Amino acid sequence: MSKGQLPRWVDYGLLPALNLIAAFIVSGLVVVVIGEDPFEAVKWLVWGALGYGEGVGYTLYYATNFIFTGLAVAVAFHAGLFNIGGEGQAYVGGLGIAIACLALDRFVPWWVTLPFAIAGGALFGAAWAFIPAYLQAKRGSHIVITTIMFNFIASALMVYLLSNVLIPQGTMSPSTRNFEAGGQLPLLRNVFTTLDFGQSPVNLAFFIALVVCVVVWLLIWHTKLGYEIRSFGANPDAAAYAGISPVRITVVTMLISGALAGLMGMNVVMGEQTRLLLDFAGGAGFVGIAVALMGRGHPVGIILASLLFGLLYQGGAELAFEIPTISRDMIVVIQALVILFAGALEHMFRPAVVAFFDRFSSETAEA
Amino acid sequence: MLDTIILVLDSTFRLSTPLLFACLAGLFSERSGIVDIGLEGKILGAAFAAAAAAYVFQSPWIGLLAGIGVSVLLALVHGFASITQRGNQVVSGVAINFLAAGLTVLLGQAWFSQGGRTPALPKTSRFGNIELPFAEALKDVPVLGPIYYDLISGHNILVYASFAAVPLVWWIVFRTRFGLRLRAVGENPSAADTAGLSVTLLRYRATIICGILCGFSGAYLSIAQGAGFIKDMSAGKGFIALAALIFAKWKPVNAMFTCLLFGFLDALAIRLQGQEIPGIGEVPVQVFQALPYVLTVVLLAGFIGRAIPPRASGIPYVKERT
Repeated sequence: MSKGQLPRWVDYGLLPALNLIAAFIVSGLVVVVIGEDPFEAVKWLVWGALGYGEGVGYTLYYATNFIFTGLAVAVAFHAGLFNIGGEGQAYVGGLGIAIACLALDRFVPWWVTLPFAIAGGALFGAAWAFIPAYLQAKRGSHIVITTIMFNFIASALMVYLLSNVLIPQGTMSPSTRNFEAGGQLPLLRNVFTTLDFGQSPVNLAFFIALVVCVVVWLLIWHTKLGYEIRSFGANPDAAAYAGISPVRITVVTMLISGALAGLMGMNVVMGEQTRLLLDFAGGAGFVGIAVALMGRGHPVGIILASLLFGLLYQGGAELAFEIPTISRDMIVVIQALVILFAGALEHMFRPAVVAFFDRFSSETAEA
Repeated sequence: MLDTIILVLDSTFRLSTPLLFACLAGLFSERSGIVDIGLEGKILGAAFAAAAAAYVFQSPWIGLLAGIGVSVLLALVHGFASITQRGNQVVSGVAINFLAAGLTVLLGQAWFSQGGRTPALPKTSRFGNIELPFAEALKDVPVLGPIYYDLISGHNILVYASFAAVPLVWWIVFRTRFGLRLRAVGENPSAADTAGLSVTLLRYRATIICGILCGFSGAYLSIAQGAGFIKDMSAGKGFIALAALIFAKWKPVNAMFTCLLFGFLDALAIRLQGQEIPGIGEVPVQVFQALPYVLTVVLLAGFIGRAIPPRASGIPYVKERT
């Protein structure tokens, strides 16, 4: 191992762990500022997320959302693209899922609706990513800015559709009607009756998410397209020289990314709510950024990071219940700090760790 | 008719002000090569700090200072991440937006126990409306009277400050040595470095100015336009300002007109809510809400002019490779 390099376990294990610890320490300080005991807070947080069946169920439910959005951000990252529009793509993807469910739920069982809902979500999510992708590829407009703009356009569009078009007659709340049994994913608490999931909404979408992880892993590391995506991300000029079309890769990668984000609605729209409602994505598209960063773009890492964030979301709810001065917004703060330390400040501890390992390895070389 | 026009234009000024401050803030940052999508977070943080401090110290000026302080602090976090640590500037901006969104409500709840709000501010703790000289006397002059009395007079000091800032920013960016250097590090940092300028120092100064201006924007929302902090009260204004900055092609005077346009759209949306436009019918309010973003995307696509960002924006500067 040459000077300045780190073993893989340090790069993929120790450094992310250090970043995470830093984020948690600062979060703990925030709790101290509020005047509460951080260790007490951690105790409630972990207990709320893992201490009983229903908590575990909710943790898995939240994690499902983040797996989808995390994969979406990660796939784009592999091509060197920053898809910050996962939120809007998930939101519009939910529309595709809802349309499939509304059209079919009265006539067929859920497993017939399922492929149509998946196709609808993926299609609508991909469509929402298409324009930013095309503009980036063809006209050079920066994808970060256009995807941000499309988040807001999606929000305006969906508010309009939900409150003017999709709303059932005679109701006031802007949402679609409830799907019948043919538009509902089975809840795990009804499938695995021996396991205790309480009243938690964890559903089949969790397994869909795991399958999608495998598909993404195969796609990125075991197909020609995946190789092209990674080459383009590592060095666009070299990739273009090797005959990889930048326009094609940009558009195709963003379509995949948008489709993955669009599938998030499977969990919320078809799984939990069984209807399409305002703002159902609830920031999960942005959590996806944190998840993808922490998971280093690898599906296994993304699953672990999603579980962590699922734990924070569910545990945070419990924490807010037990210690009312720490409101649920604590999760948003922790999330922000994780993004800050694991993302923007990811190299902060690197020089120190490199110096430590250099000294260590030179000592062993002398001995 | 004139009354209606004056009314809409009047609220245009009020709605443009926070956008204009934030847009000018972003201008400094981006001109120096630091992409800042954390404008939103800085506005929100400043709005909370301003309202909290104005309530505790019962002075809008202390509120304004507190708002600026918090906003600069967040700007320095962004600066540390993107200048010193050479991290991803977009990621850092996202983090700052979340940090502000979470901390404001968390601290608000812990300190004031009103669901994340700050207590309503009395008149004396806010920036009140200023009546310009002779406004009362000229009120009855036809046409010009109402324009002067209703439209130009009777805003709070921050509204005037935001429009006064436009020529000032123009002068700083295009007519001073600092401005020239600022633009130089945003276009070609290595050339600026060769000429003996500190890229790091210049970029830090730009981010601090960015923080100060965002502080004004946030303080305006909570202690001038509003009377206290409300959860998520910036409501995407930082992003509209970012859109305006692109639409204005990173130029201060253009920024003013763009912010006025976006403010006008907002004012029009409020005015036209539930009303029929002759010949078109009722336009959904969401059309006006989405229009700034749609216009920006169309501009970015190069269909109406070309928006070319500063060349080094978003790229961390590496002095030496080791």
